Amino acid sequence: MSLARNIIQGDIRAIARAMTWIENEHEAKEQLIDEIFPDCGRATVWGITGPPGAGKSTLTDQLITRERRQGRKVGIIAVDPSSPFSGGAILGDRLRMQQHATDDGVFIRSMASRGHLGGVAGSTGDAVKVLDAAGFDTIIVETIGVGQTEIEVMGMADIVLLVLVPGLGDEIQALKAGVMEIGDLFVINKADRDDAGKIKAEVEYVLGLKYAENMAAKNPVLMVSALTGQGIDDLHHSLYSYLNLIRSSGTLEQRRRDRLAGELRTIAAAKIEALVHYHLDFEDRLDSWVEMLYSRKESPYGLMNGRIESLIKELTDK
Amino acid sequence: MAKKIRILIGKPGLDGHDRGAKYIARALKDAGYEVVYTGIRQSPEAIARTAVQEDVDFVGLSLLSGAHNELFPEVIRQLKQEKADDIIVFGGGVIPDDDIPGLTAAGIEAVFTPGTPIKDVIAFIEANRERVESK
Ligand SMILES: Nc1nc2c(ncn2[C@@H]2O[C@H](COP(=O)(O)OP(=O)(O)OP(=O)(O)O)[C@@H](O)[C@H]2O)c(=O)[nH]1
Ligand SMILES: [Mg+2]
Repeated sequence: MSLARNIIQGDIRAIARAMTWIENEHEAKEQLIDEIFPDCGRATVWGITGPPGAGKSTLTDQLITRERRQGRKVGIIAVDPSSPFSGGAILGDRLRMQQHATDDGVFIRSMASRGHLGGVAGSTGDAVKVLDAAGFDTIIVETIGVGQTEIEVMGMADIVLLVLVPGLGDEIQALKAGVMEIGDLFVINKADRDDAGKIKAEVEYVLGLKYAENMAAKNPVLMVSALTGQGIDDLHHSLYSYLNLIRSSGTLEQRRRDRLAGELRTIAAAKIEALVHYHLDFEDRLDSWVEMLYSRKESPYGLMNGRIESLIKELTDK
Repeated sequence: MAKKIRILIGKPGLDGHDRGAKYIARALKDAGYEVVYTGIRQSPEAIARTAVQEDVDFVGLSLLSGAHNELFPEVIRQLKQEKADDIIVFGGGVIPDDDIPGLTAAGIEAVFTPGTPIKDVIAFIEANRERVESK
């Protein structure tokens, strides 16, 4: 039986193996994704992002529990950074979720970023598809601990939770900028600590500026303690209210269309780059081109435009 | 692209000391592997299911409490039950020499006792690279 069919039937080993294929750019990856694609689009995808150590994994663990209580199957993709030096990684997010390790309705996969910037791995989007096709109702993507520039999860998720905590010091300035742009729900975690109220006030203040004209559209800000469970039920409830809101306003549908557009852009860019590299014989000729530039016989744009023009001519003449 | 080797470091049993496990996890990361670390007090079932979901090539078990003769073979049994007995299992911790043949017979492919240099563990993994790359 094909791997795709086994995935669609929810076979755990098939799901796990498919993710490995995707991560390693297996030669059958594209066919696999195309085979499962018709079965995708049913799951709701949540992104959980925020600075390192904010409690994203602990919060994810709590939310899994709430989802399971309501009978939903949950898939989790938790991304941690790869070492730029060794290429290795310690994938420790699932440590906080291990109480769900033996639950058939929960599938947790750790991913290393493998040099991809943006807070997720380059293969995270396709891994989400595998869980979606396998019938998981809710898919949670935990990003690496990020600042406000690594926000690729926004293009991948239906709803994004930005987790903030007290005691970030100078980072709060950057995060204030982030709050303007990232996230649907703002979660102030570690509310069991004294200074959490101050962060909430700051976030509310920034949102107040952003939505001064339209306070009804202001994003929810919730105080929780992922450690004690305080406030998590309210957060879960707000999350579903927000999902309903964006569903009825058409925002959700638009996000999903945008996501597909983004995926096509990424695929097209990668394919065209590979194609041009191949036909220009780029790697082999690079040294001689560098010589031409170094001796100032050629200029960079002139050289490349010339090569690409003759390539297009060559291809269209065929 | 070369396949990235993925390794689960698991701590079955009740002892709460994970310094050794964390040390090996970090050393394997520095050697270029992707290491999934699940923390202390994991049941053999949780370790096996985690290994399957993470599609790891190796499971390294770390144990100080002395229950290795029961818990290590139980992990092997659980992996078989999950149809994942192609995953290579090794163990480490305070393990008397007399226990090693029994563990080997149960399917633990290597046992590293305290003081084993990390390069021996890496050599063991590299010696099995072809095997995991061909599956
Ligand atoms: N006091 C307190 N500590 C918490 C809370 N939530 C998480 N922590 C602790 O904060 C630390 C980091 O928690 P994680 O859940 O691993 O944080 P994370 O954001 O996933 O971390 P990275 O993935 O490494 O960026 C752990 O020691 C948690 O126990 C909370 O609500 N209150
Ligand atoms: Mg985490």
